[in-house]
Amino acid sequence: MPRRVAICAVAQIKNEPDIWYKRFQGMVFDCVEQILKQTGVTFDLKKGIRNVVTCSDDVFDARTISDNAMTDVVGAHYRGEEKMAQDGINGLGYAMACLLSGHDEVVLLAGHCKESQSESRRMCTNLAFDPFYCRPLGMDFTNVNALQARAYMAKSGIREEHLARIVVRSRKNGARNPYARENKMVTEAEVMKSPMLADPVREMHHYPVTDWAVAFLLSNEERAREFTDKPVWISGFGNCMDTYFLGDKDLDSNFSLKKAAEKAYRMAGIKDPRRDINLFELNDAVAYQLPMWAEGIGLCEEGKGGRWIDAGWMEKHSVNLSGGMLNGNPVMIGGLARAAEAVTQLRGEAGSRQADGIRKALAHGTTGAAGQHHAVVILEK
Amino acid sequence: MAHRKKNRNVGIVGIGQTQYSSHREDVSQPEMIQEAVRLALKDAGISIREVDCVVHGNMELFEMIYQPDLWHVLGTGGYGKDGYRITTGGTTGSTLVAAADNLAASGMYDVVMAIGFEKLQEGHTTGGITNMADALWAKNLQTGALTGYTAARMIKEFGEDRAKRAAMTHRIIMDKHACLNSNSHRAFGLDFDQIESLMENSPKLVGELRLIHMCSQSDGACALILAEEKKAKEISRKPVWIRDHITVHREESFNLFGLEPVEMTHRFAARELFARNGIRDPLEYFDVFEMYDPSAWWGLEWLRDFFLLEGDEHLKLVENRETMIGGKIPINPSGGVVSANPIGATAMVRVAEAALQVRGDAGRHQVPKPVKHALASGFGGTMWTVLFLLEKELTGWGE
Repeated sequence: MPRRVAICAVAQIKNEPDIWYKRFQGMVFDCVEQILKQTGVTFDLKKGIRNVVTCSDDVFDARTISDNAMTDVVGAHYRGEEKMAQDGINGLGYAMACLLSGHDEVVLLAGHCKESQSESRRMCTNLAFDPFYCRPLGMDFTNVNALQARAYMAKSGIREEHLARIVVRSRKNGARNPYARENKMVTEAEVMKSPMLADPVREMHHYPVTDWAVAFLLSNEERAREFTDKPVWISGFGNCMDTYFLGDKDLDSNFSLKKAAEKAYRMAGIKDPRRDINLFELNDAVAYQLPMWAEGIGLCEEGKGGRWIDAGWMEKHSVNLSGGMLNGNPVMIGGLARAAEAVTQLRGEAGSRQADGIRKALAHGTTGAAGQHHAVVILEK
Repeated sequence: MAHRKKNRNVGIVGIGQTQYSSHREDVSQPEMIQEAVRLALKDAGISIREVDCVVHGNMELFEMIYQPDLWHVLGTGGYGKDGYRITTGGTTGSTLVAAADNLAASGMYDVVMAIGFEKLQEGHTTGGITNMADALWAKNLQTGALTGYTAARMIKEFGEDRAKRAAMTHRIIMDKHACLNSNSHRAFGLDFDQIESLMENSPKLVGELRLIHMCSQSDGACALILAEEKKAKEISRKPVWIRDHITVHREESFNLFGLEPVEMTHRFAARELFARNGIRDPLEYFDVFEMYDPSAWWGLEWLRDFFLLEGDEHLKLVENRETMIGGKIPINPSGGVVSANPIGATAMVRVAEAALQVRGDAGRHQVPKPVKHALASGFGGTMWTVLFLLEKELTGWGE
């Protein structure tokens, strides 16, 4: 039975604060056109794309059945089209299932989110909470993440200085990535004086409003060489759901991330991520999450996040060389952006931020508040 | 069309449905889902510990919950498990089964539970559907499934009296079936002597689409447990095998190709699916068909597409009442979508009911002949189709 699938191409547009001049359909179409050009793949019903996985969100697009607006631009004319309604990185897992099942040979994956369209991101994410107990309290992803930040910082010895360092580094790395959102370079002192958003999360600790779209072409092992000379293989995938009520879980435990990583490692035959994996892209929507997720995937010892940063392990392990989500990727595809970056690195196409000797990479995505759902993908050259 | 045999066979081993109703104030969304999940686990005779992965779906703007699987984990049993949320339109329920089939066949998981639900009482369905339209070009046009176009076209093709009579006959057959299904939301006890009176007196919605023709807004949930062959045989004495499925979407812009009508996705899906599985005469091959029929007019018209019929063959099937439970090709023994429509679950209910028929476990609405081959369809979006072939036996397919 086949155990891996190929990513044959990735195409993206630049992350921008407000793509006011283009509808989200146009953003996705630009990516799909690039995929066709890069790979020569067609929409032939026998040999081409006959299944598409899209990723978008009803609330952020203000469209019921948001993928309905995608069918035209992804070429879903008499074809399958299914929407991944979580972070798009799970779309890689689902596309993997479509290919490994034998049902499909080629799958197009396309995601978008235009955060600039919504009046308030916090108003949108408030809707994720149940209408009876949590929503009336005003809970949203930002303030629930702040509760987790406080718990995790206490546990792992993370101070303001650490967070400032993460933010400064993220923007420096982002500046080397031509697709990254263009942000002002800041100093650690400026980060520490940034206005408080939800204590202890400051404005600069939080990823900014961003619009973006990305597309992937995946195929089974047999057909990969038809579309590329440099396939990147998905050799492991795992995801996991934690429970819902904050009082029912330890906010600093990384419960679902540990399980997701464990599953992905098992599938990919990874014994020790620190030794076996050369590059990590973590879905850090908020600065504290970078060391926290690093603990969750076993890159950093549990409860030692502060010392891990001090010892320079972010550089030694090549973590978030893209700038991470913190530099600016929209929700719903912040994890998928990690996979796009990992693929670019594995193909050796990362330009001035290219890391040397990359054989295996890990991309991570999270959905919901305080990391309720996590997904981990292992990619190989 | 490129299609190979699946890498692993997958069977349905557990089926759970809630009561369908216009209002379920007694339960919250996770509680309602938990009812279906508990019934599916009981039906399979397994505990939630044996489920590897949960796939969840509905339409977010109907209840205005963003990423509802996060909250619903309280009822899905998905805690600590792999979880996916995959949606389409009204097709969502069948998309979830297709996804679960892929996930189990891939070798990534052995036992997968698919959960579709909707609690339409807690939202505004038509408002939600209207919000599907392109905000720039189509907001003033989109009415979801509320369209009088099909009725107008059928009246033009078959004459007013014959078309209206056939649509109402289909509607009454559906109600007769619904009266045998204890989960039905709407079961009125209609009879054929009411055809004329309903044709004239049921309130008009759009043109000749009348209130009685139209599906309801329901609350309800459905859960299906799928397992790969080895596990399926361990768990169940009579797994129902998913032989194949096909998803066929099309553009949101109906007039992208000018005034030239494009082929109906149902017909396209049926033709492709039957061809790649060697089914030459679908009307002879299938013993039952559970169809996603949002209105009696569509249910009637779509018979022609799904069975690749020509002319008025589909009308004759209904006029001769061959689509009743005891007829040549029973359509929707469950009562269909016009009798219960919890949208995110509706298309999954079609697969669930078809599987119950294959197992012979449909109770009072069981088709009174051996059911070996079943067809189930989902409908949604802008004329999207998902179509399933279910089989009683694992061997002898397409021979």
